[in-house]
Amino acid sequence: MPSQKSYRLIMLFLTVALAATSVIALCVGRYSINPAEAFGAVGSYLGKLLNATGEKPTAMENVVFVLRIPRILGAIVIGAALSLSGAVYQSVFKNPLVSPDILGVSSGASVGAATAILLGGSLLSMQILAFVVGLAAVLLSTAIPKLLKNNSNLMLVLSGTIVGGFMCSVLGVLKFIAEEDTELSSIIYWQMGSVQSVKMDTLLYVAPIFLAGAVILILLSWQLNILSFGENEAKTLGVNLKMLRGITIVISSMLTASAVSISGTIGWIGLIIPHLGRLTVGSDNTKMIPCAMLMGGLFLLVMDTIARTVTSLEVPLSILTGLIGAPIYAWLLWKQKARVM
Amino acid sequence: MVQLTGHNLHYSYTPDRMILKDISFRFKSGEIVSILGPNGAGKTTFLNCLANLVPLDKGEIFIDDKNIKKIPPREVAKVIGYVPQIIVPSFDFSVLEYVVTGCAPHMGTLSRPKQEHYDIAMDAIKRMGIEKLTNRSYSQISGGERQQVSIARALAQRPSFILMDEPTAHLDYGNQIKVLKTVRSLKEEGYGVILTTHNPDHALLLQDQVAILDRSGVLSTGLSTDVLNERDLTELYGTELKLFYEERLNRDVCAAPQFTI
Repeated sequence: MPSQKSYRLIMLFLTVALAATSVIALCVGRYSINPAEAFGAVGSYLGKLLNATGEKPTAMENVVFVLRIPRILGAIVIGAALSLSGAVYQSVFKNPLVSPDILGVSSGASVGAATAILLGGSLLSMQILAFVVGLAAVLLSTAIPKLLKNNSNLMLVLSGTIVGGFMCSVLGVLKFIAEEDTELSSIIYWQMGSVQSVKMDTLLYVAPIFLAGAVILILLSWQLNILSFGENEAKTLGVNLKMLRGITIVISSMLTASAVSISGTIGWIGLIIPHLGRLTVGSDNTKMIPCAMLMGGLFLLVMDTIARTVTSLEVPLSILTGLIGAPIYAWLLWKQKARVM
Repeated sequence: MVQLTGHNLHYSYTPDRMILKDISFRFKSGEIVSILGPNGAGKTTFLNCLANLVPLDKGEIFIDDKNIKKIPPREVAKVIGYVPQIIVPSFDFSVLEYVVTGCAPHMGTLSRPKQEHYDIAMDAIKRMGIEKLTNRSYSQISGGERQQVSIARALAQRPSFILMDEPTAHLDYGNQIKVLKTVRSLKEEGYGVILTTHNPDHALLLQDQVAILDRSGVLSTGLSTDVLNERDLTELYGTELKLFYEERLNRDVCAAPQFTI
């Protein structure tokens, strides 16, 4: 286990790496600029905004402000949110193989987004519907064990499997009846994930959810340690199991649902980043969760920067996170092979 | 002194499978209670009822004069600590990180352990004599060491009663005796220890209270010297057992005679 000092060093390193990568991401792309130009554009754009001169922003300022900065922020926030909810889910279900999808949030969100696409709705309606149906799927998953009066984790996972499977079939129906060239391809493209369409105002909608959710979960992170020992141990330590589990599941599902609603489904992050975090700073959630959030933000930012620069076409994010994430996961397992039981 | 009393407890898995049948008891801190009974009699279930983990069908448990159902879980945890039989951790915590969670009942929901809590955890670790394990990973220590770590956590919880579910179950003979010695010294320090065991000889070794749970769900309690006798033990375990005084051991011993096959 790393000491407090090395933990601070790791966090400092990650923060610096994140800042540096953000600057690089700001500069590269189809319209390449150097860092001085990028900062100059930020300064002059803000100046115009503050002085309300009514001057039109230049092309460079537009690229920086309308396209790149929201996209960079979006990638960081979404990567951090998915890692955070992955870490929380793994603790709640005391299983390192769990990802936030286990209660059906992603498949639900896909159904919501696909419905909006079929109804010809706007981007905003797609995001809202994805969020609402994603969250509804989780609530349904948590309702089934209550109806059966069995509060065990296993029952919750099974009911998540039922809801997820059902949502996948509904999505299948929607794909089946979709117009092949337009709607179907939109659905499929959405399912592969992208932060291309993240704009400043989308970020502003989800920022309160991200912020409030992250603060609450970080405050509860030590209690999550206890939860990860199992239900009986948590109870005998005086933890209000029902409430803690309910709050953490609902909040992390809200985080995932809002991330998915603006970026589509992005695989692997919620699964591998918490692993990477545990390998780096240990299993104590008070350290692991902040670390995983930084790592997740950094990881998705790197992926997105690759996605938009490596070819002339945008590569969907899930393809990259899978192509790169799966080998990383294999490497992680190899690193801790002795401990995998 | 704190008292843990049960009045007319009933518990059954199904209507025809009675585990606890109208049982009553009074356990005190500073006492060891060894719960004996054959496989499937419900010793662990009984312990779980005491820990408030399993809802009773009928009956009430009181801590002093307060009904346990009306006390918030955190307050119950300040009085009753629990050492589970075995824990397979899903994640890799250090022993110190694990033991310090014993302080949870004494902390706020949103707070984290501070230096004072780590000090309490360290005291508990020292009390168990396992300082060398402090920074080891919980998943990489032996079963006997885990048992000691779990007891250390219960000590960090500072309860009046420590419940132990078969504390000797996964240990070699040396470690079994070591745990029983620890139990004995916890009694001297004023803790009430309530444990389940498969070995009636352990109850004799501990020389204190015994609670026998038989298959029909009846509990008989009393001092080991009063309650345990050859005839009842033979009947309880369904095999011939001898109970005798052994001079070299300076105590009563319960053991099985030579096979006559």
